[in-house]
Amino acid sequence: METDDRVIVLGEDVGPYGGVFGATRGLHERFGERRVLDTPISETTFVGAAVGAAMCGFRPVVELMFADFVGFGFNPLVNQAAKAHYMFGGQVTVPLVVRTAIGAGLRAGPQHSQMMYSLFAHVPGLKTVAPATPYEAKGLIMSAIEDGGPVVFCEHKALYADRGDVPEPPYKIQIGSANVVREGTDVTVVAACQMLKRALTAAEALEASGISLEIINPRTIFPLDTSLILESVAKTRHLVVVDEDNAFCGFGSEVVSTVTREAFGALAAGPVLVTPPHTPVPFSPVLEDTYLPGSDAIAQAARHVLESA
Amino acid sequence: MMTGKTGHGVTLVRMDMVGTSVQADSDQVETLLGFYKSMVRIRFFEEAVETAILAGRMPGFCHLSIGQEAVPVGVSAALRPGDYVASNHRGHGHALAMGCDPKAMMAELFGRSAGLSGGRGGSMHMADVSKGFLGTDGIVGASLPLACGAALSALLRDSEQVAIAFLGDGASDIGTFSESLNLASLWLLPVVFVVENNLYSEGTSQVRHQRVDDIAERAAGYGLPSAVVDGMDVSAVATAAISAADRSRKHLGPSLVECKTYRYRGHYVGEPEGYRTAAEVEQYRELDPLQSLKRRLIAGHGVTEQVLGTIEADVRAEIDGAVAYGAAGMPPDPGEIERFTYV
Repeated sequence: METDDRVIVLGEDVGPYGGVFGATRGLHERFGERRVLDTPISETTFVGAAVGAAMCGFRPVVELMFADFVGFGFNPLVNQAAKAHYMFGGQVTVPLVVRTAIGAGLRAGPQHSQMMYSLFAHVPGLKTVAPATPYEAKGLIMSAIEDGGPVVFCEHKALYADRGDVPEPPYKIQIGSANVVREGTDVTVVAACQMLKRALTAAEALEASGISLEIINPRTIFPLDTSLILESVAKTRHLVVVDEDNAFCGFGSEVVSTVTREAFGALAAGPVLVTPPHTPVPFSPVLEDTYLPGSDAIAQAARHVLESA
Repeated sequence: MMTGKTGHGVTLVRMDMVGTSVQADSDQVETLLGFYKSMVRIRFFEEAVETAILAGRMPGFCHLSIGQEAVPVGVSAALRPGDYVASNHRGHGHALAMGCDPKAMMAELFGRSAGLSGGRGGSMHMADVSKGFLGTDGIVGASLPLACGAALSALLRDSEQVAIAFLGDGASDIGTFSESLNLASLWLLPVVFVVENNLYSEGTSQVRHQRVDDIAERAAGYGLPSAVVDGMDVSAVATAAISAADRSRKHLGPSLVECKTYRYRGHYVGEPEGYRTAAEVEQYRELDPLQSLKRRLIAGHGVTEQVLGTIEADVRAEIDGAVAYGAAGMPPDPGEIERFTYV
């Protein structure tokens, strides 16, 4: 916002309130009423208006409070933002970022906890990113804002309270680049957002048993950095994918499918996919904890994939 | 003529807008001849499209606005270079009135690479952003938020640009209508919502899809001034649109203009149209915007049949040329199918 006047922020409570998760805190005070706009509760229209403003020279960053509310904002996202560049023959670009809170673990219940990123990633024309650390959040939001097209920026609610080193000067993390968070030799584990932390816990637990996990954080859901995953699988010959989204037609299934298609010969055993059950996210702490894959389940999956080799 | 709940029966022009003293120069003969030519262009263009589709020469399906020409042409009188228009599924007339090239539009409808959208869009997805035409749109109610966003861009630039959202009576029932009127009113966006009330939401008559006669009444609930005009009278539309746009240019905010109009064709080309009678269509043909303007020009302005005939012949040649151009164009290269998916 400091370097580009075209960047504006809009959404519910993003102004003096600072966003329900505090993500826009201080922006209104610093950049003023004209660049930080509180909207009425009307997602279809303010996402649509952001698309219109993007088509007319601005770079709006929209906050869609919870990804679960995307039903209201889905039309402008899917039918305008994602398609305008294509269906108008390349005449126009839609440099739009839709930031939205995803994920379970906060006892927020079925309508405020869903992951949704597989849904976004399924739509041609949209890029979908999902940072796992504060460092990545900054580097990826910079890239998302500078991207010429629409980007859905998924922020996991359970990670908002995390602390981490974030350099003051601007920097970017390329959209479509994953990273190896922990090097290992026995099993490749792909895990995003909250699941990354749990995979790291599983890796530490397995270390004592002499099992070495290589953990990959995709950072971008689409376009997926398949080459990094395939490189890792070529080395470890085993794959576990952990996905907090539902399995059916989901991101995790896509990773399994891609690796199976592209590197079948490299696999010593069938890949294992760890996901929640195919249900809405339940409210009761007991049920929600059962719903979310834990580090134990991830460790067990890693053992299983090695044993079945 | 048409009274009661089954037709418009309304030629009332009610202006509760600020600044309605602005008069269109819409009684000048040059202006009227320009209106006539623009309306004839839309009529001939769409008749040619209909012919091509029914003959199986043009792919897809589309929605024609034959009968409604006075609305886009009247609104275009209020527009200046730099203004924006967001259109809907019945948008060929809007595009033509914004100055989009009939050849490129026809090529698009034939699915050609030289089409306005490179053959990727078709009838409901054609834009010419260089002219401020942000596209026809296949999603009912989508034009309002887009126009709000275009208007927001104008507001943030402190420009005098105005955005127009065209929508039908059907779209006045969808959520974006309420949301966009509220947002535009709240932010004083320079946007004019132009309702083309053609009495039918697809195949459902207005009395069967909403309780009000005048959709403009709804504007007051959001703090917007509004006007109801005879949408078959291009000058009436122009006068109202100029007032509305002028209001926005003065940073006084948005407004809504409801144009009572009628389409002679079905919701889409080839529709059975079981929901209305031929007699009703004939009644509205009596109000035809082209014929009534023609009569006015001859009787009130001394324009000869010959002058009008020349205009028609010129437009006929233009549209024939566009059809030939579109029909003969090259299809897009299948190898480029993924082009323009991502920036």
